Amino acid sequence: MRHTFLVASVVVLLSACGSDDPQQPPTRSDQLTRPVELVFGEDGRPDPSVLAPEQVLHRDNGEEPQTLDPHLAEGVPSAHILRDLFEGLTAESPEGRVIPGAAIRWNISRDGKVYTFYLRRDALWSNGDPVTAEDFVYSLRRSANPATASNYAQVLLPLNNAAEVLSGQLPLNKLGVTAMDEYTLQITLKDPTPYFLGLLNHSSTYPVHRTSVIQHGSSFSRPGNLVSNGAYTLKDWKVRSQIELAKNENYWDAANVIIGQVFYYPFEEQSTALKQFRAGNLQWTYEVPNNQFKWLQKHYPEELVISPWFGSYFFGFNLEREPFVENLDLRLALSMALDRDLLTDKVTQFGERPSYTLVPPGIRDFVSPKPEWADWSQLERSAEARRLYAAAGYDQDKPLRIEIRYNTGQNNKKMALAVASLWKQVLGVQATLFNEEWKVFLQNREQKVLTQVFRAGWISDYADPYSFLELFRTGHGRNDFGYSNTLYDSLLGEVASERIPSRRRRLMFETERVLLADMPFIPVYTYVTKRLVDPRLRGWQSNVMDHHYTKDMFLLKTAQEAASEEAAREKAAIEEALGEQAEGEEAADEGAVGEESTSEKSTSEKSTGGEATGEEAADEKVADEQAAEPVEETDTDGPST
Amino acid sequence: MTKQAEKPIIDPFEAALGVSDVKGRSPWEHAWHRLLKNRAAIYSAYIMAGMLVLVMLGPLVVSWESDFTDWDYTSAAPSLESGHWFGTDAVGRDILVRTLEGGRISLLVGLVATIVSLVIGVTYGAVAGYYGGNTDRIMMRIVDIIYALPFMFFVILLMVVFGRHIVLIFVAIGAVNWLDMARIVRGQTLSLKNMEFIEAARACGVPPWGIIRRHIIPNLLGIVIVYVTLTIPQVILVESFLSFLGLGVQEPMSSWGALVSDGAQDMESAPWTLIAPALFLTVTLYCFNYIGDGLRDALDPKDRL
Amino acid sequence: MLRHSLRRLLGLIPTLLMLITVAFFMMRVAPGGPFDSEKSLPPEIEANLNAKYHLDDPLLKQYFHYLGQVAVLDFGPSFQYKDWTVNELIAQGFPVSMTVGVLAMSLAFIVGTLLGIAAALRQNTRIDYSLMGVAMLGISIPNFVIAPILILVLAVYAGWLPAGGWDGGFASMVLPVLTLALPATAYIARLTRGSMIEVLHSNFIRTARAKGLPESVVIRRHALRPVLLPVISFMGPAMAGMISGSVVIERIFSIPGLGSYFVQGALNRDYTLVMGVVILYGVLIILLNFVVDLIYAWLNPKIRYDETS
Repeated sequence: MRHTFLVASVVVLLSACGSDDPQQPPTRSDQLTRPVELVFGEDGRPDPSVLAPEQVLHRDNGEEPQTLDPHLAEGVPSAHILRDLFEGLTAESPEGRVIPGAAIRWNISRDGKVYTFYLRRDALWSNGDPVTAEDFVYSLRRSANPATASNYAQVLLPLNNAAEVLSGQLPLNKLGVTAMDEYTLQITLKDPTPYFLGLLNHSSTYPVHRTSVIQHGSSFSRPGNLVSNGAYTLKDWKVRSQIELAKNENYWDAANVIIGQVFYYPFEEQSTALKQFRAGNLQWTYEVPNNQFKWLQKHYPEELVISPWFGSYFFGFNLEREPFVENLDLRLALSMALDRDLLTDKVTQFGERPSYTLVPPGIRDFVSPKPEWADWSQLERSAEARRLYAAAGYDQDKPLRIEIRYNTGQNNKKMALAVASLWKQVLGVQATLFNEEWKVFLQNREQKVLTQVFRAGWISDYADPYSFLELFRTGHGRNDFGYSNTLYDSLLGEVASERIPSRRRRLMFETERVLLADMPFIPVYTYVTKRLVDPRLRGWQSNVMDHHYTKDMFLLKTAQEAASEEAAREKAAIEEALGEQAEGEEAADEGAVGEESTSEKSTSEKSTGGEATGEEAADEKVADEQAAEPVEETDTDGPST
Repeated sequence: MTKQAEKPIIDPFEAALGVSDVKGRSPWEHAWHRLLKNRAAIYSAYIMAGMLVLVMLGPLVVSWESDFTDWDYTSAAPSLESGHWFGTDAVGRDILVRTLEGGRISLLVGLVATIVSLVIGVTYGAVAGYYGGNTDRIMMRIVDIIYALPFMFFVILLMVVFGRHIVLIFVAIGAVNWLDMARIVRGQTLSLKNMEFIEAARACGVPPWGIIRRHIIPNLLGIVIVYVTLTIPQVILVESFLSFLGLGVQEPMSSWGALVSDGAQDMESAPWTLIAPALFLTVTLYCFNYIGDGLRDALDPKDRL
Repeated sequence: MLRHSLRRLLGLIPTLLMLITVAFFMMRVAPGGPFDSEKSLPPEIEANLNAKYHLDDPLLKQYFHYLGQVAVLDFGPSFQYKDWTVNELIAQGFPVSMTVGVLAMSLAFIVGTLLGIAAALRQNTRIDYSLMGVAMLGISIPNFVIAPILILVLAVYAGWLPAGGWDGGFASMVLPVLTLALPATAYIARLTRGSMIEVLHSNFIRTARAKGLPESVVIRRHALRPVLLPVISFMGPAMAGMISGSVVIERIFSIPGLGSYFVQGALNRDYTLVMGVVILYGVLIILLNFVVDLIYAWLNPKIRYDETS
């Protein structure tokens, strides 16, 4: 008797699993109703009539930020929140260009080493104090102070004496930053650093509020204590649950900040975030689950946003260990055997671009030197790969046996499996896989004892090819390849001190060419950012650094909301015509008028802001030429990427 | 216990005559008969036997290799034409063959880790119970202490410290799972050691270790068997937890737990990646639990664990 | 009784000491350190960090330093969540884990015993078999399979509940509590059924029935107490099981409980956070076992610790 129930229960399980029919449309998505058409007012801002009545944004932030102390922060999650809370000397436009932040304009000396910043006089801290040059001096010194123990202080290294101050050899006041007067700040650099302006919107260079840091010490970044100068203030922080920001009414551009409240959630499971998004509880996800491109494409074509990211995914060779020591043929063979189109089509799937170089595309004016074989067909490449493989002394009877090491993660696993499989299919290589958790993996890579072929990737802190090329410098902390080439090192040195942009680009091109000829790594693809965004959320743009400021965003009304408002208005009009004034509705009308008048005020303020930017535009030209791309920290691709 | 006591001592004379009308049954025979009456357990045993055959021989029969990536069919739904009857995963590997091979690992982990815990637990419990006194007190005190450790945490820590080698998974799970066994065995030993046949052995000068090995442990067999069948599904479950947390076996090896946790990620876009391994895993756990239940009822009708 | 309790509580100390020692050295043996990251640190910055967190002291000195801190219940600063101390993190995470755990446990206890009794009273009927079949299923399906199914059906398709996250409200608790309670409910139901059947066949129940008492009174007055004994002694291990289960549940539902702190802490080598959570759970398990023993003794008049121990 019992067994029938056993079978019955198994059937129950089966049907429970089977019930998620892939064909079944996700019912909740229907309720994410379409937004109304976006209409801009005369000031270039969205017209108030199309904005949703409730401007609250729910953003998935991938994981809990490690800290909201801008000088200790590292990692993408902290950076996203800090961009909303603080404003550095420079900021970024929605499309990712460097624009004035707390500094309204700046001059750069002829030798490119002295920057003079003129601060906004209307910039205030969230408690009403003015943001002064002294605040920046204090903050940069705090950031460089050994006692602060910032682990991202290397961003400050271009500053004069920064290395000595960091190691405690020189006192803090020797750091290359001085306040000329209350609103003028001067920063002196060691070398001309063309991307320096971009570094200034990295959180390590953000200002912190002196008196509250002194008063609260290490707990100054708690809600209630934190005084910020950005568009938002920290309202509430439940660890690993949510962080709530509210609009900073003292922000100099507060009139143009539309979203009044932002919630950041640390969803570590992408599938949870996806489900929350589908249930309408998120407007912005951090990423999307790896394997579900087709499904998302089918069910959420408008919500799925994919755009190039400034990062490369590649595999490294350990050149200090056989079989790769002095074995260019083998390295080339392994690289050519990989069908990158197949890998991006079938494995990564989200429109990542096949890559044959180190530096990803997306930097203005810079084009990487492609190796010759990049333009061949895969058949030709495979044939050449087999020839080189044989030349290196391997064949069917004596196949190459290697290990591919990678850090735990869905995407890395898939990629390693696919690479092993392609090598086997094309060359007959016997590759085994080995995955390790992130910290162990990093350590083993660095020690160069166990690794042979290992997964690597780089997402740059700032939009400059140098941050990629630097990785292969002899003695660089992340040169886990054991690559060392004197020509390469000397070219890199020239790049570092060159300040004429066109010559610098030429040099970087040459440097990368040297590297690619040595093939100490296998480029595979360039990263994309992939997320779901509520179509009602507008005002942001995709950019290669993936920096998005909530202050630029706004939520549109849904068509449904607009329709019901319209209906209400008609009803009111009719009732008014009939002379029957319902008091409640009258009040509602008045409310609407009030709203309009505020927006007029914001228009006028905006136009003064516009003049200010126009004024500094001339001054900024040089700067713009040299460095203009946004520079910011994006964390390492952590275990999850 | 009562059954054993009641068991008539067969008259040697009668036995010699071959008079079998009062033929006594050994406790094992009793147990066997009771077990046969338990249909759920018997059917479970059949299903399990089938599962074992499938898992051992299946991968040899299925035409795909478990690490072969079929680029023409990535994340493909089950279909007869493609030859992937259970569909494929995100890199085009055949789910059926992966499920079968995953089963090998899961069952192996279940079995080996259980044996590890068995060896430690039985030895420890028997020694503590047999010697009694202060030895017992101290040894059991240690068990109490270890009991208080949040054991899942320690398995995670072990995996973090030593990396995720499959042998380590056996050891880690086995090493934290022996406590129950030690306690049960100790209890049984305590009651056994004062029985006549042990006294007799002792009187004959058999050394303590010999007594434990020759007399005590064989008498624990019943309870040990029950315990083993009930521990195996637990261990398989623990392994699947670890896999879910990303601390399981290395690719391209797999286990049901790992497959299920992969599948659960894509349960809506590719439900077939979840269904097959989940079904195999659940059926196995289900059967083991029923078999364990049946054995317990049969071998140990009075004492419940 | 009192003496026994005192002795048990004193027994906490060696247990804890061992717990701390094992966990401490295991964490330190683990390869990689709390400040390793892909952007490698310049040596001077690494030195600053190590100095700040006393990681440059000899290991034994660090160990005794840590013991000293723990003695005054200071678990130190978290390495990973730099704005918080471990004490603060635990103060935020523990109530969450506790809420989910206690709710799940209560649910499992109530539903489990009721189902078990119901099945036992209808022993060998269809109801009994189907209840026990379902209970077996509850034990056999891993909760990371059940959870996504529940989320999909109840949160995504039906839209009744949030799919994850935690706001302390009732709605965000339902799914995690349900998922966590399921295996324990199934286990308790099976235990109760077994022990109920045994009790119903015992002499004192026969006597009670013979006295002509109505069945409901027999069960409530006489059977319930002995039936609950094995269930109560199961509660200790069950609680430990819930703690392991919660690691998975918290991850799936993105709940900010201690289990997820632990896993993140272990992976990020957040030494102090891992230690804090391990110690807390160690103490908790010991105390719970102790409480369970007390309840057991209270329910079972045959046990009096003062004589037996």
